[in-house]
Amino acid sequence: MSYIPHTDEDREKMLRSIGVSSVEDLLREIPRSLRFEGTLPLPPPLSQMETELELARIAAENGAALACDSFLGGGVYDHYIPALVGQTTARPEFYSAYTPYQAEVSQGTLQAVFEFQSLISRLTGMPLVNASLYDGATALVEAIWMASGERSGRNEILIARAIRPSYRGVLCSHLAVSGLRLREFPFGKEGTTDLSCLKQMISNETAAVVVQSPNVFGLLEETEEAGRIAREAGALFIQVFDPASLALVRTPAEAGADIAVGEGQSLGSPPNFGGPLLGLFAARAEFLRRMPGRLSGMTEDANGARAFTLTLQTREQHIRREKATSNICTNQGLVALAAAVHLSSLGPEGFRRAALISQERALELRKLLREAGGAIPFEGPFFREFVVRFPEESLKRGLVRHLLDHRIVPGIPLERAYPEMGGCLLVAVTEKRSRESIRRYADLVRDFADGKGKGAPSDA
Amino acid sequence: MLNPVIFELHKKGRAAEHLPAPETPEEEILASIPERMRRRLPLRLPEVPELELARHYERLARRNHHVEKDFYPLGSCTMKYNPRVHERIAALPGFAALHPMLPETLAQGAIRLLASLEEALAAVTGMDAFTLQPAAGAHGEFTGLSLVEAYFRKKGEDRRKVILPDSAHGTNPASVRRLGLEPVEVRSDERGEVSIDALGAVVDERTAALMLTLPNTLGLFETRLPRIVEIVHGAGAQLYLDGANLNALLGIVRPGDIGFDVMHTNVHKTFSTPHGGGGPGAGPVGVKEHLIPFLPTPRPVRDGDRWTWKHDFPDSIGPVHSYYGNFAVLVRAYAYIRHLGGPGLREVTEHAILGANYLRSLVEKSYPVPYRRAAMHEFVASAARFFQTANVRAMDIGKRLLDFGFYAPTISFPLIVKEALMIEPTETESRETIERFAAAMLAIAKEIEEDPERVRGAPYDTPVRRVNESLASRRPRLVWEDGADGEGVPSRG
Ligand SMILES: Cc1ncc(COP(=O)(O)O)c(C=O)c1O
Repeated sequence: MSYIPHTDEDREKMLRSIGVSSVEDLLREIPRSLRFEGTLPLPPPLSQMETELELARIAAENGAALACDSFLGGGVYDHYIPALVGQTTARPEFYSAYTPYQAEVSQGTLQAVFEFQSLISRLTGMPLVNASLYDGATALVEAIWMASGERSGRNEILIARAIRPSYRGVLCSHLAVSGLRLREFPFGKEGTTDLSCLKQMISNETAAVVVQSPNVFGLLEETEEAGRIAREAGALFIQVFDPASLALVRTPAEAGADIAVGEGQSLGSPPNFGGPLLGLFAARAEFLRRMPGRLSGMTEDANGARAFTLTLQTREQHIRREKATSNICTNQGLVALAAAVHLSSLGPEGFRRAALISQERALELRKLLREAGGAIPFEGPFFREFVVRFPEESLKRGLVRHLLDHRIVPGIPLERAYPEMGGCLLVAVTEKRSRESIRRYADLVRDFADGKGKGAPSDA
Repeated sequence: MLNPVIFELHKKGRAAEHLPAPETPEEEILASIPERMRRRLPLRLPEVPELELARHYERLARRNHHVEKDFYPLGSCTMKYNPRVHERIAALPGFAALHPMLPETLAQGAIRLLASLEEALAAVTGMDAFTLQPAAGAHGEFTGLSLVEAYFRKKGEDRRKVILPDSAHGTNPASVRRLGLEPVEVRSDERGEVSIDALGAVVDERTAALMLTLPNTLGLFETRLPRIVEIVHGAGAQLYLDGANLNALLGIVRPGDIGFDVMHTNVHKTFSTPHGGGGPGAGPVGVKEHLIPFLPTPRPVRDGDRWTWKHDFPDSIGPVHSYYGNFAVLVRAYAYIRHLGGPGLREVTEHAILGANYLRSLVEKSYPVPYRRAAMHEFVASAARFFQTANVRAMDIGKRLLDFGFYAPTISFPLIVKEALMIEPTETESRETIERFAAAMLAIAKEIEEDPERVRGAPYDTPVRRVNESLASRRPRLVWEDGADGEGVPSRG
């Protein structure tokens, strides 16, 4: 009876008022042949306490991960989160609220969304930002939908191969029957997108060009040039960006992006095993009426006082149905709130420091790993994430296992997505990784190569 | 200023110091990024002292309605209580701090939990397998329809029509269109159910699926479902369930047993995960055997005594999410199912149905319910008579309810009821709350007769008065402009 407030007496009274003698009477319209008989085949119920203990046991099965120094990134990053962020999203006023359709009693959520839009606009330099989409990958899908609507008649989308592999997958699943032709253009031996190839492939069939920067290898792309090539061919330029990088790196607006999308998890959300994430979507002003998703706007109430409301809703599914700009309804509201609190807490200096320290430590780890015998296949400018290739001999002898045994999660193997990149790991460093852990990682690699590293895991 | 936006609290140099300065001189770090690739645009984030920030969000919090404040009668949204214990569970570091790309050996509990939830959802719905990747209901619709499309493509059948009742939620036609298929509407009959004649006339060899909501958005069971199944399957098409209303079916009807081939469910409705002021939710998709090969990858599977991600499904549509879906939301849903078990879930549905019928019995004399049949977990009343007699719309009644401390019912759909008020109390609202709400509805009905103007001007007792939506769309102000405040918006206070 958990969470059900009714006593036997309540039930009796309610049934009497309805004019039936049992709940079963209320189900009589359901044809008998359709009824499920018996009890749902689930494990037996648990009390609240037992449920919590059971779930804590499952969480503990992942416990070894918590003791590790992790150098995993690839779209989800472990940045420092001010205490106010989680404590704000943990308030029922925010987490147990519905979508703010009734503006008069949803000003808290609506204003927070408005502030989120404003903050992301300042971060990216783009004038239009929506209230969030599911994640970076589906935000890119929406960008392509919007671009192909804007450039109808052109049905080809050119996509850099150096975008996150999961995004490539999500584009395929979402656009398989769209009638759009998705074509990839390669990266060169420096790991950055081959713009001369883009130039050859682009045509008056091309609706949009997609480039991610920093790209899948953490490398900064020549976004401005890519944007120019797109523009000259009459195509739109879509940049996939990393919000944390924008403390230091050229914004999508400065690069001339028409649409900018990105993964916003690093703004105030823990990794959460990959979800909830936060799809960031920003665009140039002229696309206002094509924007997908919700928009919070500032207006006034009947007394002329400042007020906020969901606006331009005629773009949306609940009004426009099949002609809506997107099918999205529920988005990632609470994650957007986290991002707003995060950016407002850190302020410009804190946000910049997170980026600077991450970059400082990434540069240091890259240097140390190189000295420890790792090869750095791509030397170009990067942001807080880079590729290292360990000697084949070390890998064969179980280097990665060895690092894990010593509680270092060394990075994401790239071979599944890029078969030509056997032995390569994508290594991310945030401000939360200590210099000590960075040195330990490199020392373990060096000692292992020297044959010294076969001992039992240290207790360090 | 009564209600400043965050940028109005900004003064240079007063943000809290969260992080140390880097040890390396800044220029040295920046040297790794060529000049032309650096940010030139000033980074105009607000600098606000921590206490002022805390007060800012405290102010915003107080300006929100939420489940713990009072009842949300929102039909179709299933705004039930979000158990506190779930918040504590989802925040466990063994869940929250996990990176999705961890080696499987370090994430055994997480993969196992996802596989167990898939299994539990299959048990509850009678489907054969689930994917947890879709991030919300609409994303589930899109994914489920993609599976159907891939299935027919594999069979070499060209089927592009998806049929939807005129009572369907707006995401249904939008999802069909986004996927690149053709939505075709079928009308409801005088009982509020899919018209069998109309359905028979539109289903053909080009039909991919019928998308049905059950109970439908009027809160009614489709009593001729067996006939519908016959027609749809007879034409070789698939039957899709929009499972937004699964709260009415737990332990009573399993969609997978009665002819549905594919469905989504909104865990932020039926399985009690919070709505978060607009999300995140999750929209798992369940399928029968024949659609399993097309499910998104990777899939969590057991391999001997360990859990692993399996990528190799050649017919899969591929991933629909960056990773495995909204994991932290799914953890809460799993805790809910684990806690209630089969008997508890059935009680949920019984009481949801009891509550809806009770509330209807209290208000239907003043608010006619056009389809006078046993309601399931919600019912749709009409305010059309108030519109005719007093020019008071469903929206005005919703706004007046805000003054009583309640939220408004759903008024945007179903489109087939004029001035619809869709009302769903859920099983977690007590008899006293239901009665308090009914009393407010009746008081408003009386007020409409005596002083309709008062109702049209509502709300009065809310953080702001009726919000000017047309101004918002005529002069869109979607981001804060420093210095531009006051332009067209007289500032008060
Ligand atoms: C019947 C119905 N279908 C689909 C949806 C869309 O679900 P979501 O908002 O999770 O995308 C809703 C949500 O309100 C609904 O009520």
